[in-house]
Amino acid sequence: MHSVAPSVLAAAVADHPGFLSPTGVEIAFVLVGLTTLGAAVITVTTRQLVHAALWLVVALGGLAVEYLLLTAEFIAWVQVLIYVGSIVVLLLFGLMLTRAPIGRSPDADSGNRWIALGVALASAAALVWVVVDAFRTTWIDLEGPAQGSTAVTGAFLFRNWVLPFEALSVLLLAALVGAIVLSRKHDTDTAVRRDTAVRPDTAVRPDPAVRPAPDPADRRGKEEQS
Amino acid sequence: MHLAYPAVLAVLLFCTGLYGVLARRNAILVLMSVELMLNAVNLNLVAFDVWLRDTLHSGQALTLFTIAIAAAEIGIGLAIVLAVYRNRGSSDIDRLRDTAETDDAETAGSTTNAEATS
Repeated sequence: MHSVAPSVLAAAVADHPGFLSPTGVEIAFVLVGLTTLGAAVITVTTRQLVHAALWLVVALGGLAVEYLLLTAEFIAWVQVLIYVGSIVVLLLFGLMLTRAPIGRSPDADSGNRWIALGVALASAAALVWVVVDAFRTTWIDLEGPAQGSTAVTGAFLFRNWVLPFEALSVLLLAALVGAIVLSRKHDTDTAVRRDTAVRPDTAVRPDPAVRPAPDPADRRGKEEQS
Repeated sequence: MHLAYPAVLAVLLFCTGLYGVLARRNAILVLMSVELMLNAVNLNLVAFDVWLRDTLHSGQALTLFTIAIAAAEIGIGLAIVLAVYRNRGSSDIDRLRDTAETDDAETAGSTTNAEATS
């Protein structure tokens, strides 16, 4: 990682502002980044399931602002449309269809929470160390024309990336068909449910939760939109 | 802008999502944490694309593809969670232990029933 010659490194440092003289974009990036990180931490630690989905909105919206600060304008609006607009709504639908408890649920975290915390902190320390060491002297040049405006995005997407784009539409179609097939109510379920047949009370009870029909229709509308 | 800012933010978001995946018990909360990890990778892709000034804009194109794949993933994942909930009456991933190896195969059926009815 230290293969750069000292003179080149010194020149690179001299060309750019240091850590101690941040630009306005950097200050905004750090502030929005702290908000995003805090919302993400609350998302994974709160005991109220619906609040977790709502804090996820804050985290994803903060990331959209970060994309805007990085001049990737089109991706920021795609993020708002797809993540905040449809994925969080789908997650809330899922929480309600599985009858998630409203309010504080004491068993939101499993027993291996401390192991998970250790793994996360260890990987965070290792990755932050590596990343900071690797990119200590690199600066993003945000001057000039925006690199992610809608015109630029359309040009590179439909000039260079047409075939992956079409392949992705096939994937979305497959996901759409798969989601409909998975969430459809089978009439011949009684033969399939071998292990629930021994307990008729629980085999019958969850059924009203999944009876409302708009679930596949909602998913279909979301995937056509994306 | 210093490249370390978006890179470090992406690392921290990824590790937050990692903690959520490992520590959460409800399957839908695990899916939310997976979304956080995917978003961290997206931020990395955008930052490095803007840094490299790639004429093909591979990073931004891949970010768009990742967002679409995440939408497909969350649709299929929620459909699976709903199907499991419909069959078992629970979306608690700690209790879905049918494929786990038990000490003696004889008690596997009875423990499944006991867990399901408890």
